[in-house]
Amino acid sequence: MSFLAHYNYWIVILLMMLGLYIVVSRGNLVKKIVGLNVFQTSVFLLYISIGKVEGGTAPIIEAGYSVYSNPLPHVLILTAIVVGVATSALGLALVVRIREAYGTIEEDEIDHQDDDE
Amino acid sequence: MIAQHLPALQIVLPLLAAPIVVLAGSARFAWLFSVAVCWAAFAVSIGLLAQVMQGGEISYLLGSWPAPWGIELRVDLLNAFVLLLVTGTAAIVLPYARRSVRIEIAPEQQGFFYCMLLLCLAGLLGIAITGDAFNVFVFLEISSLSTYALVAMGRNRKALTAAFQYLIMGTIGATFFLIGVGLLYMMTGTLNMADLAERLQPLHGTRPVLAAYAFIVVGMALKLALFPLHLWLPNAYAYAPSVVTAFLAATATKVAIYVLLRFTFTVFGADFAFADQPMSLLLFVPALLAIFAGSLVAIFQENAKRLLAYSSVAQIGYMVLAISLATAAGLSAGIAHMFNHALMKGALFLALGCVFYSIGSVAIRDMAGIAKEMPWTMAAFVMAGLSLIGVPLTAGFISKWLLLQAAFELGLWWLGLLIVASSLLAIVYIWRVIEVAYFQPRPEGRVAAREAPLSLLLPTWVFALANVYFGIETSLPVTVARGAAAALFGAGG
Repeated sequence: MSFLAHYNYWIVILLMMLGLYIVVSRGNLVKKIVGLNVFQTSVFLLYISIGKVEGGTAPIIEAGYSVYSNPLPHVLILTAIVVGVATSALGLALVVRIREAYGTIEEDEIDHQDDDE
Repeated sequence: MIAQHLPALQIVLPLLAAPIVVLAGSARFAWLFSVAVCWAAFAVSIGLLAQVMQGGEISYLLGSWPAPWGIELRVDLLNAFVLLLVTGTAAIVLPYARRSVRIEIAPEQQGFFYCMLLLCLAGLLGIAITGDAFNVFVFLEISSLSTYALVAMGRNRKALTAAFQYLIMGTIGATFFLIGVGLLYMMTGTLNMADLAERLQPLHGTRPVLAAYAFIVVGMALKLALFPLHLWLPNAYAYAPSVVTAFLAATATKVAIYVLLRFTFTVFGADFAFADQPMSLLLFVPALLAIFAGSLVAIFQENAKRLLAYSSVAQIGYMVLAISLATAAGLSAGIAHMFNHALMKGALFLALGCVFYSIGSVAIRDMAGIAKEMPWTMAAFVMAGLSLIGVPLTAGFISKWLLLQAAFELGLWWLGLLIVASSLLAIVYIWRVIEVAYFQPRPEGRVAAREAPLSLLLPTWVFALANVYFGIETSLPVTVARGAAAALFGAGG
């Protein structure tokens, strides 16, 4: 039972490993960025899970509710999401420039061209 | 009035200057304004170090929110020293930038270049000054993202792939750090470093705290390019514009080492890391491998910038090795070497920037006979090279001496021998450049080079002479390093 009670943490770990595996194993630069995104998203979920208080509602003061989720991790992760967006944007911009310079976005073909020089 | 707000000014100055530089639109104004801001930041950091040396630790509450809730900036001897190192490097490198940037960066990109450089500076200063664990992550990403863009501005297309590789590895490192901070928050409910240190005391045996420490150490090892996680560094340094390489080599990895020190000693405590956990061994082995692998690979490089980049991997090995000894003597050797290495690599990379300015290449074979044509540039290179090797009367000798002392204090005489042996490898790779530059004739087909202009030579020589100055007059780095090391051990109990 306790195994399922913390299913969100299992999802975090699964996504984390999937993302990291995609970054390492794929030679396509866009796929690497997507993998990086999945990896970062898993950390967002980790933070959100930490902030959850059992039976708590959204942290807005309202008559009839006394238990709230911890809003701090939400705020932290808003910052991290912005960082993640910036990273993806910069990464994809680099991929565009690489494609202009090399005519390909496959890692092994780029290495091949670099070795020929 | 101003003296009271120095900690905030330290970050705010370059951060606000960055957008102004872009909006102004003129490359000349961008440069002038950046120089002014870097010198102002340098003055602020001198003021901070003076305050800390007089009155002890400074705690600054941003927006006056009380400490564990609001974000606290905290300056002690260690980070005042790191701030001085970073701003000092920026203040010397920026005047150099104008001419170097003019030939290496497209005119329409120059404004953005200075903007990115200032953002990177703001990020590095923010990491060093903040007392809040999550804040470290935010500033880490500010400095990293601007660094990726700066590296990508190199003229060779390999700069793009180098920047991409750096982006992937750097982001993984930063995200690991974020996971670690998240786990710490989960266990303690706080992000303030001093508060964390207190609340972690009873939790030291628990698994989430162990995992948090592991994530933070691995994340930072990626950022500081500890062997074998250094793969992003050689290409990033080799293909970035000259100014960027000099600035990064002198500052970025040092700030990452600072974060490692801060978390290991202040947040987790020396007892946790070195007595309960085998951190000594975990740092010692990669550091020793870094020293030998980095130096050996450097010997076989064809590109002088890449050669020095591999040498940086080795030098980072010395710093981590010193830390892994886990004694006050070792730690002060590591901190002193952070400072001295910045001086050496600053001078070496700026000298190569001069070479690139004159002949448009830093391939070692293109540098044949260049010492006759550019005697001042190569003399600076030789001086900094001697310092890198650790010849007496240079700053490099002081670091090696402190490191040897720390090793002998523990009775590790074989480690002393290994350190001396690794210095011989440094002689070999520095000699390769010197031999080609001084004793080989200019190859057919290369037009005679002209000595670099004064605006490039002067900053190079400031760094080169600093190597000699701090080799003779050692009181500043050594006293500060000793004080900082003692404080770190005191904090961890």
